Amino acid sequence: MALLDLKGVSLGFAGNRVLQDVNFAVERGAIVSLIGPNGAGKTSLFNCITGFYKPQRGSIVFDGAETLRMKPYQVTRSGIARTFQNVRLFRQMSVLENVMSGQHCRSSAGAVGAVLRLPSQRREEGRIAAIAGECLRFVGVDPDEWDRDATTLAYGHQRRVEIARALATQPKLLLLDEPAAGLTKGEKAELVTLIIRIRDERNVAVLLIEHDTGLVMTISERVSVLDHGVMIAEGTPKEIQANPRVIEAYLGSEDAEAALAL
Amino acid sequence: MASPGPQSVEARPSAWGGLSYLLDTPAKRGTAIALILAVMVAAPLSGPYATVILTNALLYTILALGLNIVVGYAGLLDLGYAAFFAVGAYSVGILTTTFGWNFWATIPVAVVAAMIAGIVIGGPTLRLRSDYLAIVTLGFGEIVRIAARNLKITGSASGISGIEQPWLFGWHIKSSTDFYYVFLVLAVIGILVSVRLAGSRLGRAWLYVRHDEDAAEAMGINRVRVKLAAYVIGAIYGSIGGAFFAANLGAISPDSFSFKQSTLFLMAVILGGMGKIPGVILGAFVVVLAPEILRDFGSWRYLIFAVGLLLIMLYRPSGIWPAGSKR
Repeated sequence: MALLDLKGVSLGFAGNRVLQDVNFAVERGAIVSLIGPNGAGKTSLFNCITGFYKPQRGSIVFDGAETLRMKPYQVTRSGIARTFQNVRLFRQMSVLENVMSGQHCRSSAGAVGAVLRLPSQRREEGRIAAIAGECLRFVGVDPDEWDRDATTLAYGHQRRVEIARALATQPKLLLLDEPAAGLTKGEKAELVTLIIRIRDERNVAVLLIEHDTGLVMTISERVSVLDHGVMIAEGTPKEIQANPRVIEAYLGSEDAEAALAL
Repeated sequence: MASPGPQSVEARPSAWGGLSYLLDTPAKRGTAIALILAVMVAAPLSGPYATVILTNALLYTILALGLNIVVGYAGLLDLGYAAFFAVGAYSVGILTTTFGWNFWATIPVAVVAAMIAGIVIGGPTLRLRSDYLAIVTLGFGEIVRIAARNLKITGSASGISGIEQPWLFGWHIKSSTDFYYVFLVLAVIGILVSVRLAGSRLGRAWLYVRHDEDAAEAMGINRVRVKLAAYVIGAIYGSIGGAFFAANLGAISPDSFSFKQSTLFLMAVILGGMGKIPGVILGAFVVVLAPEILRDFGSWRYLIFAVGLLLIMLYRPSGIWPAGSKR
């Protein structure tokens, strides 16, 4: 059974159809990309999967459980983590504190534990910091940056911190919303390595939305194409590159450049 | 945790804000705290008038610390904080006079009553965006005051008098100096609790939610629950402050819990610097002491105070206490 399985998902806002009867699946340990012209509904689909939007119809099953009625924090707890299209780190908080947020749903100390400094609370605090530190090292952010205000880091590093924060939730599936946007060529190459390491070393499936077709074709095992809220193609990168419907969808949009890159 | 590098020491956030470079070692901080405590312990020597005013400042400190958790940490605008203050005061007033309870036995009841009130008000409203909370809390504050004014059990408009001063292990807490020390101990406890909460999992969750609700929720944080925790903890501070306020004065009336009171508490928090514990304490002292210090100016003093406030808001919008280098 697939790790994530969407069946007949439809979403509309005030009569506008955003997603229509979308079927989509991600296997365990897979790297899958979701592509499509601007406004195709890719981020909306992410928001449905993570519980931020409630589709009117359909079912979303993750790891054997229906997540459609879950709130976002419950979806995260069940094992789906995400990053945002524009980096959304917590302002005026350190890099380490930002990443520690990911462990919130895996820890439990409350007000009483904090006020009395119970041994269990102190152990848990130590564990939260240790896991956050491990995630930061994994994405390549060095300890000398951990105490800095996260939003003062270079953009490329902020992206990494955001990925570390998502990894700190200890997910089974990681959703990356345009992780390469704004990165330099060198940073993109590092991102490719990082995504493959996330899958290989941490056994986390990765689903990404990405406009950089070269990057998508390099790392994805499967690619799905969304156009005007409809899933128009699904297959290996090779199959997608040869699919006339995909090329047509891109040519008919402002993303003609992307079609040429295909 | 790894040791921070040289540059990160500078950028390191601190509860001491912009004063962290002056108080950069635990020894210096310890000395500063010991010095302030020594002054506070010796303060009643300066006479009964100063003692009463300082007691009031300590009461405001406790309330401002509680409200700071709601407004400063969790970012919820509470315009009716005096309601929790009233819940504590009236719990003590009613239970000790009408039912003849011992003062200390009424404290748990006051705390539980405030928690229930917090959950009843916060539970439904905290699901909405913060703006709605401001309106609902404003209404709640007025409802509590008007209810107290009209109910028989709360003594209607004249309130409750004859609240007995408590005993503690053979010590009858009755003089204004006695109460000064009680409030000093309460304020110290209030500070410790605030410091510990701020550095905890829950304290961080408040900041996450305040800075970005969606990102916080995507990290697996139940924002309603986290906000409710802040609101209820704030309510407990308010209630305990109210309970001892009632014992200190021996009489309470609805006028002590007006909207103006809520505004003054909020002003203490904002004036000193939201979310910064030393700033909030400073704010509480300024709000109480400034009108007293300006007493020589007669009826002009409120005008001078108001102009001072406006200037502070204009030139130091994030509060008097210097902001940290964390930017």
